[in-house]
Amino acid sequence: MRQLTFSIFRFNPNIPGDKPRMQEYKLEEQDGMSMFVALTKIREELDPTLMFDFVCRAAICGSCAMLINGRPRLACKTLAKNMPSRITMMPLPVFKLIGDLCVDTGTWFKDLQIKTEAWVHTNKKFDPKALEEKMDNEVAEKIYEPDRCVECGCCVAACITANIRDDFIGATGINRVARFMLDPRDERSDADYFDVVGNEEGTFGCVGLMGCDDLCPMEIPLQENLAYVRRKMAAAGLKLQFQGVKVS
Amino acid sequence: MSAKHTFISDVLVVGAGLAGNRAAIAAAEAGLDVIILSLIPPRRSHSTAAQGGMQAALGNSALGKGDSPDVHFADTVKGSDWGNDQEVARMFVETSPIAVRQLSQWGVPWNRVVAGKRKLPDGREVEDTKDKEGYITARDFGGTAKWRTCYTADGTGHTMVYAVDTVVCKMGITTHDRIEAISLIHDGVNCLGVVARNLRNGDIVTYLAKSTVIATGGSGRLYAASTNAVICNGAGGAICQATGIVPLGNMEAVQFHPTGMVPVWILMTEGARGDGGYLLDKNLYRFMPDYEPKKKELASRDVVSRRMTQHMRKGLGVDSKYGPHLWLDIRHLGRKWVWSNLREIANISMNFNGIDPATSLVPVRPTQHYTMGGVRTNKDGAAYGLKGLFALGEAACWDLHGFNRLGGNSVAETVVSGMIVGDAVAKYTLGATQNYNYKLIEDFVKIEEERIKNLISGKNGRENVYDIKKGVENAMMDHVGIFRTGPDLEQGVAKLQELYKRSLKIGLRSSGQGANPELADALRQPGLCRTALSICYGALMRTESRGSHSREDFPKRDDVNWLKRTLAYWKEGSDLPTLDYEPVVCKELPPGDRGYGESSAAGKDK
Ligand SMILES: Cc1cc2nc3c(=O)[nH]c(=O)nc-3n(C[C@H](O)[C@H](O)[C@H](O)COP(=O)(O)OP(=O)(O)OC[C@H]3O[C@@H](n4cnc5c(N)ncnc54)[C@H](O)[C@@H]3O)c2cc1C
Ligand code: SF4
Ligand code: SF4
Ligand code: FES
Repeated sequence: MRQLTFSIFRFNPNIPGDKPRMQEYKLEEQDGMSMFVALTKIREELDPTLMFDFVCRAAICGSCAMLINGRPRLACKTLAKNMPSRITMMPLPVFKLIGDLCVDTGTWFKDLQIKTEAWVHTNKKFDPKALEEKMDNEVAEKIYEPDRCVECGCCVAACITANIRDDFIGATGINRVARFMLDPRDERSDADYFDVVGNEEGTFGCVGLMGCDDLCPMEIPLQENLAYVRRKMAAAGLKLQFQGVKVS
Repeated sequence: MSAKHTFISDVLVVGAGLAGNRAAIAAAEAGLDVIILSLIPPRRSHSTAAQGGMQAALGNSALGKGDSPDVHFADTVKGSDWGNDQEVARMFVETSPIAVRQLSQWGVPWNRVVAGKRKLPDGREVEDTKDKEGYITARDFGGTAKWRTCYTADGTGHTMVYAVDTVVCKMGITTHDRIEAISLIHDGVNCLGVVARNLRNGDIVTYLAKSTVIATGGSGRLYAASTNAVICNGAGGAICQATGIVPLGNMEAVQFHPTGMVPVWILMTEGARGDGGYLLDKNLYRFMPDYEPKKKELASRDVVSRRMTQHMRKGLGVDSKYGPHLWLDIRHLGRKWVWSNLREIANISMNFNGIDPATSLVPVRPTQHYTMGGVRTNKDGAAYGLKGLFALGEAACWDLHGFNRLGGNSVAETVVSGMIVGDAVAKYTLGATQNYNYKLIEDFVKIEEERIKNLISGKNGRENVYDIKKGVENAMMDHVGIFRTGPDLEQGVAKLQELYKRSLKIGLRSSGQGANPELADALRQPGLCRTALSICYGALMRTESRGSHSREDFPKRDDVNWLKRTLAYWKEGSDLPTLDYEPVVCKELPPGDRGYGESSAAGKDK
């Protein structure tokens, strides 16, 4: 088996005087070794100070995104056998650094949910005695598609706009809005959505270079969803303008 | 010294998975001020990994017709091998349909009934009727008489977690993530809150509340091979047990799921067998019908896991360098079905094994999966021993599951108990006042600060936390697995006692500064050792077989002597739990035959 060299970004902002640097670790490759296995081994056997985040280790919780050889990926599903013997690991850009490979995706995504009001808006009161409202299975499946986003931040890290504007909601944010637009239970009108994403922080901030496409570990068709929201919002914007509403 | 920050609320919920979040919503709806704590961003909680679905007796799907809470009740009690609390099960089955519909209103895109005829993989033809089209559908799961498991493809937990968390966001409930509760603050009568460590910067903080709710999930990671997320280590229960007065219930009841994928132990959902998948041996022979002619691959999990182990012991497992395994075969479901309804597991086997389950067999072996035991509570979710302390979800022993949980009953439990226990918490809190004795709080903080100081200085020793952690994981695999025997368990207890003693002498290799991960592990480890001992010792003392607890030296269920629940207390200074027992009352359904499993088969042979 190969000898692997890991070059890992180190910086703990809570240790006075600590400075950003790259640190190298060497491990022998193992059969089926993922970056989860490798990093855990490094922490347990070589350096117990190394900070990183794993929860599910099965590519379903979105905790472990980082730049591996320059590309945003989920570390737990990145296998050593698909990588060269020198592996560089950096924390995701855009998000606030907590230390080493840990970034604060939690706060970023919470802010996003609140900003885009990402919940079902309805005036219906829940009646515990009533049957559920009917829905076409096809509609349910359509909603599930964008709903599969695990908030890993890969698409945000790769986004040109998000890297220069802190307030841009990224492909994940636009995708999240698409999820609610597709959901008949959400009673918001296009004009309501326009208030949320019909601006530079939202769909019109996207420059469409598709840095985010192909990067989504859940294989959500971001390009399609971005286009869907943009089309809808462009139409809504026009309509509002016709109605004499000033649209920024 | 005192804590860096103190936060005060009416209700403190420790854990932001489905259970914690749902209970927080109930408390906030009652107008209470709630703070939720979580190790990680709430949506990354392990609930999100639930694949297969949630049981609720809606009776919409073709083979769900005629279902009712009564049928669900009977399945749950049989599944538990008459080990559960039937009053709790009754409340649960009646509430689950309401919970699933409320989740639908909150945005879960449940799969729906599509009218028409369909041929099942086993040749049966079924018809979904027009009148049910568009209502929430269900799939088949183990140990159920009807198709009752509601789902969104195989990402059910994910969609549930996200929908519930949107309501938390919408209601503006305060959530603090990257905070770890490390001890309970109490005066021997009332629980006053927790001491916690901030995992962003290492600060010690305190949270004070009129009621504290433990919703910290299961303890699967005590085993080396577990389907659980790496944060599921039972630390929430451990800090309750550490009070000496709050017991853990039935810790020996540990579920092994039939299909963990070799060698990474990631789960292949029961939905795979529910949708018609088979288990094959090294001769590609489908062996389950020989053991379980009625339920085949879909007997309860404890039974299927034992049958698989039995079959491998006969030398019929597939040899591999990770030990023997069996095959999960879903090829006959077809590419379209596999890559839509079982897509997450198809992705997992592609990502981690390079195997496309639409065309190839997936290597599986029974793997630790679920913790039936936990902080023992009454039916309101109030913990034994301390007022103002509640527990729910996988962390609790509310005792819906007894000695074996049915697939789909756990995420259902989280939201149903979130409603029921959440309301009880609200009711209690509205009538409660709190007096804070500041000296008492500072003393609890001091204890933790002292521990941290000693870990850093190495005052108590220089034991390596990771050696001990691995020691525990291996001891649990070797001694407290699917089949258990007295001598094996005795050795396990001895090993774990030794590891526990060593865990009190851990010294860090690093400086412990800031959000140091070694310090987090070191602070937890003694509690994890105590939890492991509670499992192993409880299993040693229970001289019968019931559900997942299978003693080869006591192969029969013993309702005369063991219709009891184990309560494991930890007295200060001890190196073993003190066990007590309480009766299990079978209010509706007296103990009988499960209709599957070894005792059933034996009955038929006669
Ligand atoms: C792979 C897998 C698949 C599953 N599939 C199904 C299924 O299909 N159907 C089903 O019914 N069940 C399923 N289960 C079981 C079910 O998912 C879990 O039992 C259930 O989701 C547990 O929910 P919970 O809210 O109790 O805990 P969790 O979701 O585990 O949440 C625990 C929370 O507590 C927090 N926490 C823990 N310790 C601390 C601490 N010390 N301080 C602060 N916060 C803390 C964590 O951050 C987290 O937010 C599955 C389980 C697994 C492992
Ligand atoms: S297409 Fe839009 S969202 Fe995607 S990377 Fe480019 S600017 Fe960002
Ligand atoms: S859209 Fe995809 S890449 Fe972006 S955050 Fe969601 S899961 Fe990650
Ligand atoms: S650890 Fe959950 S996605 Fe990698």
